[in-house]
Parts: sequence; C-alpha cells; structure tokens
Amino acid sequence: MSEVTLQAWRSNSLLAFHRKMLRDKPLGGIGGLIFALFLFCGIFADLIAPYGMNETDMRRVLQAPSLAHWMGTDHIGRDVFSRILHGAQLSVIIGFLAAGLATILSIVLGVLTGYFGGKADMLIQRFVDAWMTFPDLVLLIVVVSIVGPGKGQIIIILGCLYGIAGSRIIRGSTIAVRENMYTHAAQSMGATTLHILWFHVLPNVMPVVIVLFTTRVGAVILAEAGLSFLGLGIPPPVPSWGSMLSGGGRTYMYVGPWLALAPGLALTVVVYSINVYGDALRDMLDPRMRGR
Amino acid sequence: MSPLLAISDLSVTFVTERGQVQALDGVSLSLNAGETLAVVGESGSGKSVTALSILGLLGDSGSVSNGSIEFDGEDLTKVSVQRLREIRGNQIAFIFQEPMSSLNPVLTIGTQVAEPIWLHHKKSWSEAFEQAGELLQRVAIPDAVKRLEDYPHQFSGGMRQRVMIAMALACQPKLIIADEPTTALDVTVQAQILSLLKNLTKEANSSLILITHDLGVVARYADKVAVMYGGRVVETAYATELYKNPQHPYTEGLMASIPKLDGDPGSTLYTIEGQPPDLSNLPSGCSFNPRCPHAQDKCTMTKPTLAEVAPNHKRACFGYER
Repeated sequence: MSEVTLQAWRSNSLLAFHRKMLRDKPLGGIGGLIFALFLFCGIFADLIAPYGMNETDMRRVLQAPSLAHWMGTDHIGRDVFSRILHGAQLSVIIGFLAAGLATILSIVLGVLTGYFGGKADMLIQRFVDAWMTFPDLVLLIVVVSIVGPGKGQIIIILGCLYGIAGSRIIRGSTIAVRENMYTHAAQSMGATTLHILWFHVLPNVMPVVIVLFTTRVGAVILAEAGLSFLGLGIPPPVPSWGSMLSGGGRTYMYVGPWLALAPGLALTVVVYSINVYGDALRDMLDPRMRGR
Repeated sequence: MSPLLAISDLSVTFVTERGQVQALDGVSLSLNAGETLAVVGESGSGKSVTALSILGLLGDSGSVSNGSIEFDGEDLTKVSVQRLREIRGNQIAFIFQEPMSSLNPVLTIGTQVAEPIWLHHKKSWSEAFEQAGELLQRVAIPDAVKRLEDYPHQFSGGMRQRVMIAMALACQPKLIIADEPTTALDVTVQAQILSLLKNLTKEANSSLILITHDLGVVARYADKVAVMYGGRVVETAYATELYKNPQHPYTEGLMASIPKLDGDPGSTLYTIEGQPPDLSNLPSGCSFNPRCPHAQDKCTMTKPTLAEVAPNHKRACFGYER
C-alpha cells in the first residue's frame, strides 16, 4: 500500500473522499450516489412505498405508468413502483448480508493462509482453486434444489461461494503486508500473533477489503435475481426483482412492457452503479491506476 | 559482577534452497549493564543474525544449533516462546535499520508508541497514550503531544527514528539492540540520533548493542567493540584499545581504509582485496585467509580460536611478524 494513497484515504473524511471522487471520477461518483439512493430506498421501503407490496386492486389491472402509479400496475393490480422499492429492500438485505458473509470469510481464510503460509496454505489454496473452477450457477442450482429456496439459504450459499473465491485476493495482499518491516518490529516488541494480525495486518488490507465488499454486493444482487428468475430464489409473494421479471414481467411482456422494464432497469442501474463505484474506489486507492 | 548478556559459542544455521548455511559459527560476546557494545562487520558477517538470535527472531528457516545466550540469568535459547514474548520489547528492545518501513502506515504515532507499554505493563490505553507523549518529548520531538495524532508519513526519516527510539525506551528495557539505526539517514541526522540514543540509554542505565559498519560511529559511541567476519568474532577489545592497537589483519584493513584528515589528498584509499566470503562455501581454515596479506600455510588448514593477546583484548588469528 503506498503512502500517498493511504494519505488520501485517511486525511479526508468519507464525505470529502466522495466529493473528490465526484470531481476526479464523475462516473464512479454518480454510481456512488445511485448506490446511496438505492440503499436509502431499500432501508426505508416501508415508509416510501405509496402502496403495500401485496396490495391488489382488481379495478386497476395492467395500467400503464401514470401519476398515481409511477411504474404502472401488474396483472393483479399491484403497484409496480412499490414492489420495486420492496424488491430493493430484499436486494439490500441479501446483498449486504451475503457480501458481508463473503467478505468475512475471505478475510478469515485469506489473512490466515497468507500470514502463516506453509502446508495449510498450500492445501487450502488448492481447495480454493478447485472451488473456483466450478461454475457458480450449477453449484447454486444443485445446493438450492437440495436445501430448498429461502432468504437464509441464499445468503449462506452466495456468501460461501464468493467468500471462498475472494480469499485469494485477501491472501495476496496479506502476504505483501506480512513482509513489511513493521510486522517484524511488532514481533520484536513482544506482540502476540493475534495482536499483529488484528493491529497491523488487518488495517493494512482494509482498502482491498472495502473494494472487494462493494463489488461483491453487485455480484450477489445479480446472482439472487438470477436464482429468483429461475424460481430457485426467494419464494413469492415477496417481490424479488428476479421473480418480478420471470412472473408478471415475462407473461405480460407485450401487454404491459413496464412490468419487465421496471425490475430489469432497476437491476441494471443498481448493479452497474455499484460496479463503477467499486472501480472508482479501486482506482482512487491504487497508486498505479492514478492519473489515468 | 556477572555480565548482563553473555553469548557463548553461538552457532546459527539457516536452511535454504541451496542447503544449510552456517550464518554464525561459535560467536561469543559479553556485555555488562550500562555498557555500549559495537558489533562491526561488513554485510553478511553475521552481525544482524547475532542480534536477531538474541530475541529468537530468526524466522522459520533459521535456528540456533549450538551455544547459549545468557540474559540476566536466563538462557534465551531455551526459554518458551511465551517467556520470550514477555522479554521482547520489555527487557530487550530492538531498533531496526529502516525507520521508513518499521512504522505501520495506517496507525497514528501515539498508538504505536503506546503499543509496547500497553502490551507489557497492562496499563489502560489512555495511560499508555499519555506516557507515549512523555516519551516523544524525551526523544526531542517538537510539539510532542500534538504529534501523537499524526501518522508516520507526516514524519521525516530522522523523526521516525526518534519515534523508534521512543518505542524502544517505552518499557525501560535493560538492553537495547540497534541494528544499523542510522544507515538510512542523512549524515547530519545520524550524529543527532546516535547522541540521543547514547544519552537516553545512559540516563536509563540500559546497555546498548550498536550494530554498524561505520567505524567512525564505533569510535564515538562504543565502550567495547566486537569485529565480525564470516560469521565469527575475529577481534574484541575496548574501543580505545582497538583503535590504538588493532590485532587482527581484518581490523587493521578496516582501520587503514578510513580516509584520514591529514592524509595526502591525491592518494588512493586503502582497500581490502577480494570479496566477503560466501557463507555457504567458506574457505577452509581461517575464513579471512584468501584476503589476508599475512596468510600462512597454517591459516588455510585450521581455524584460529579467539585468544587473549592483551588484557580484555582477544583476537582469532595465529599471529604474524610485523
């Protein structure tokens, strides 16, 4: 980790950091704003949504977008905009919990194998190699068909899936940090291994962890939508963007295109904004990418 | 009075891909409380390995194969890892040669100076932090208390080495080992740092092992000197004695290669011929024999042992006519 980068990361508050991002990396900055908006919608969905997520109104079936229903209504008269907001809530929950689980798993595996090295590292990393060669979707379908669909299962499966693969990245930066003089200095000072890991290694791999986490949130949201689209994700009537696409969206595509467009666009915009935000974060934290 | 530190017949081997390398071969040193010992030698002579082996910091590939390190009545080669950890930083402190990379870039200076106090003295964090401020004052960092909140990149190299000294002094250790503490610094800063180190260790009545390749440093700051070559101690004496009367041809060579103020400005500097030896393939007999101007047949066959030539003055050489 270069000092200049850390200086930029440290000496500015989070707000100033993002103001700088808006100036230097406008695309990433806007991505960050959209991501923040998505978070806000997800957290306060119950308060913002004009209608309940399963409030049907048979008199207003398949209505085109209007002032009363910003994104129209579906085939049983539910407000699509409200469902998108509740879908955002689900995506936030799954995205953050699964990406959080994945990141923690990556940190534990990566820091331990990277710091200690040796035979255990060899064994675990060969297992990670094997794990990464396995196609994600096939694994997901197999596991879901065994344990059945549901929020908890999806979070644990996606968390493990991305967590194990991501451990390689954390391991790499841990090895770099381990070789620094200050870890040896801490050892010469009588610090225990646990203290060195917590106090000296972890704070120095944190920039990598932050970037890993943001990219994982996008990946997990997309994976959950894919599973729900296939009917393997969150069971109805909970409005997942994936199941909104496959349910009403696909069946009534020609009568009410907004049914497919709304969740599709929401997914695209959110995942895209998270990814460009993650890219910008990495660019601003990686000295080799600076000034490009 | 028994010495504070007595290293006797210490041998250290490293396992490398090319096989075993003997980094130290029968090193013996001793140091009394309050004394400063300079360990001199070129790169690869074993000075740093000697220092690291005192604290058991040889890493996975190195191990002590023979000998003992008596510190304050305990043999450090035999104590448990846990006991070693209690000694490290608390009774023996280590100052590394790179002040630029020895500090963690993401933690404040105050946190890092308070760390050893917190680790060893079981004080509350705020007490340790307060003490860190006093320590920074002692190493003459201006605005010490204010600077506790600063990060390492806001300090110059000399200031960082002062911070390292503050960290070393934090637990009032009996022994401070400084491994080339000024190598990475400007010449003008070097003198300041060394004087500071010397004065503060004297104030605290700590002993100091100063590892260096700079004989000028030795002359000014050391009480005793040990000259190392090829993993062995070739000469030990009090500093004044060594300067007046060097006994080993290697020491003589080192002395002769220092530029003299009263020398002829146009003259070529003296150099010791040849290269430092490859530790995995040492010459037989005295490892200095290929470079020694006085080498005899005996020198290529048997290793000379460290023997007294004058009171408190030992050398490992068969001797020669001058």
